[in-house]
Amino acid sequence: MTRHLIPLLVFVVIVGFLWAGLSLNPREVPSPLIGKPAPEFALPQLRDGGNIVRAADLRGQVWLLNVFASWCTPCLEEHPYLVDLTRRNLVPVYGLNYKDQRSAALEWLGRHGDPYAGIVVDAEGRTGIEYGVYGVPETFVIDKLGVIRFKHIGPLTPHILNEEILPLVRKLQT
Amino acid sequence: MSLLALSAPSLFAEEAPPVAENPELEKRVMRLSEELRCLVCQNQSLSDSNAVLAKDLRKQVREMIQDGKTDAQIRAYMVASYGDFILYDPPLQATTVVLWVGPFALLLIGAMLLSMYLKQRRRIVTDPTLSEDERERARALLAEARNSDQ
Repeated sequence: MTRHLIPLLVFVVIVGFLWAGLSLNPREVPSPLIGKPAPEFALPQLRDGGNIVRAADLRGQVWLLNVFASWCTPCLEEHPYLVDLTRRNLVPVYGLNYKDQRSAALEWLGRHGDPYAGIVVDAEGRTGIEYGVYGVPETFVIDKLGVIRFKHIGPLTPHILNEEILPLVRKLQT
Repeated sequence: MSLLALSAPSLFAEEAPPVAENPELEKRVMRLSEELRCLVCQNQSLSDSNAVLAKDLRKQVREMIQDGKTDAQIRAYMVASYGDFILYDPPLQATTVVLWVGPFALLLIGAMLLSMYLKQRRRIVTDPTLSEDERERARALLAEARNSDQ
């Protein structure tokens, strides 16, 4: 009896692992930046290239950093949620315009709305590398001390915003 | 002339310095980018991949080498941004113990099961004594075989 039970048991264990594996997303690589200070940057603003913004300038508030580009199709998917988020005035969202062209980015924002409290330009993708960006869009939650507390890869959904990001923001704001 | 040599390749390739300019440097870039995973196309190394991010990261590696950074410093920089996942040769630590020890543990378990099985089998094979019933059955079978031969 046990002779037949052992292969069955092995089979069940393998199925268990494979089943669990199906629901894992290999694209969601855990970021080593969670809990670390947000990498410093000094980047020109999209609307006023002469004006340099540093990560340090944004300290003292909880803010979101949203990496976007006009060439990025999934960015369009999340864009309405960002516009809505800004309308509700819950947390300032700063944009990192990643490897984009200024004119294209401005046109894109003109067409779809600009939810950003400020937009910096990372034309070469260098700051993107520092932030471990590998799939635009990406969104970071950064606390008052400038520490990255959360990172989402891929387009935001109402679920992620309402269940994960906003509760965290509220907690960090108090 | 040197200006021309620098600017000409950019007409053909978007990735700047040509191999001929500094083969030592390029060799190091290639060697390092073979150890690093392209995060966009996860089953390719940076050196294999043509993804834009892979190109950017190769460029980053090249510039860090030019800045005099060691291989270890470059690897540490990449890990700081992208995590151990970027290394094709992940370090041994709490989260990767299963990865490193697992195969050996499985081999050991397999060897133990095999030796148990073989010991058990030897006992069966080396114990030739037959019970009275078995003796009777063997006799019957032999007799049957003899009859059918005739």
